Amino acid sequence: MSAAAHSIRLTVNERTYERPVEPRLLLSDFLRHDLGLTGTHVGCEHGVCGACTVLLDGVPVRSCLMLAVQAHEHAVTTVEGLASGPEALHPLQQAFWEKHGLQCGFCTPGFLMTLLPFLQEHPNPSETEIREAISGNLCRCTGYQHIVQAVKLAAETMQAGQG
Amino acid sequence: MKPAPFEYQAPAVIEEALSALAEHGEGAKLLAGGQSLIPAMNFRVVQPALLVDLNRLDDLRYIRQEGGSLSVGAMTTQRQLERDPRVAASVPLLAQALPYIAHPQIRNRGTLGGSLVHADPAAELPVVAVAARATMKARSQEGERWITAEAFFQGMFVTDLSPGEMLVEVVFPPASPRTGWSFQEVSRRRGDYAMMGVAAMVSLSEGGDCSAARLVYLNAGDGPVQAAEAVQALVGQWPDLPAIRGAARIAAEQEIDPLGNVHASVAYQRHLARVLTERALGEAVKQAQGSGEPRGSE
Repeated sequence: MSAAAHSIRLTVNERTYERPVEPRLLLSDFLRHDLGLTGTHVGCEHGVCGACTVLLDGVPVRSCLMLAVQAHEHAVTTVEGLASGPEALHPLQQAFWEKHGLQCGFCTPGFLMTLLPFLQEHPNPSETEIREAISGNLCRCTGYQHIVQAVKLAAETMQAGQG
Repeated sequence: MKPAPFEYQAPAVIEEALSALAEHGEGAKLLAGGQSLIPAMNFRVVQPALLVDLNRLDDLRYIRQEGGSLSVGAMTTQRQLERDPRVAASVPLLAQALPYIAHPQIRNRGTLGGSLVHADPAAELPVVAVAARATMKARSQEGERWITAEAFFQGMFVTDLSPGEMLVEVVFPPASPRTGWSFQEVSRRRGDYAMMGVAAMVSLSEGGDCSAARLVYLNAGDGPVQAAEAVQALVGQWPDLPAIRGAARIAAEQEIDPLGNVHASVAYQRHLARVLTERALGEAVKQAQGSGEPRGSE
């Protein structure tokens, strides 16, 4: 049995897409399989690991806990939309690179998409604020210490960039 | 880990959602924020024939102050509530509890109504609703009715709503004078399910005795668990440390019924309940003593 397809129109990383989707298709799978945007990673598929975090109208959400059909007429930003071009890293990505904020990289897109709005709201976060901000994202490689350092560096460079 | 197939509707008006419910009965599921329902569907624990998505019902997203009480539309997100200064002013207990609900990514989607209807015994909002004496407005095709929070929660994942009804509004009444509140919980990591949590409310007489109180616990039974005997021991007393300790011991040792799990044994949950109750009552009493007026009216 398969349910009738719904036609959806949405923007992803400022590009407009129109696609037919089955209602049960998760937003995470739509991004990866229908649009080929495989930067969004799928970990637990029940909202625990945070790897699939994307921005929906600018706020972070779990894309495995949303149906693609629900993104109709909304704007999604994925990790592919973070940097200004293929050669340039976003300051947040650069800081993860410099401070070894990743090893295998599986969790990294979720961390980045969680942290982008966090740093916009908290340009100068304390370590406690950083640790609380990333409490919804699991990383099995780094022990989080290098991620926290990367966020501190990103906050500094993003503030300097604006100043 | 993918949902089983279902038909999908996203009505633009409440009446359409109600008629879908009336037509499909238990085969239909209402989708609010989806932060509990979609995982359950991903696990295929829940397999609705029809999913009625309420996210286009902007009429159900509102926060209104009406004569001292706070009325909230069922589809208001937890994040909206968390960021609205009127919530902190009118229902400080709710404002205190909101940041404990999972993570910001979850609160951006999760709704007040969705969490209440899900009725998870480990969730914060049902406990707050009972402690704050909220009332719920349910609508069906037959009309609407009001349900007290106490009557609303009937057990683990069970509410008083019938299959044709949906929760549309929650009203938090104004606090009486000389009343203090506190919400306390302990989890292993920020945003995780709490091992134990308590909402406390204390009102004082003009003389300073405890005139009324409420203690409601999460993860302590099959729903929001009230400690009536502990409250009874406190009412009429001068709310000093021995009185608070006595009440906390009654609640933790005799009244709550925690199930225990891999993260916390029953004995540890009772220990947490006692410590958190002492803290919560202490803070609520201090607040109540600090203002002759309900907190937030300043």
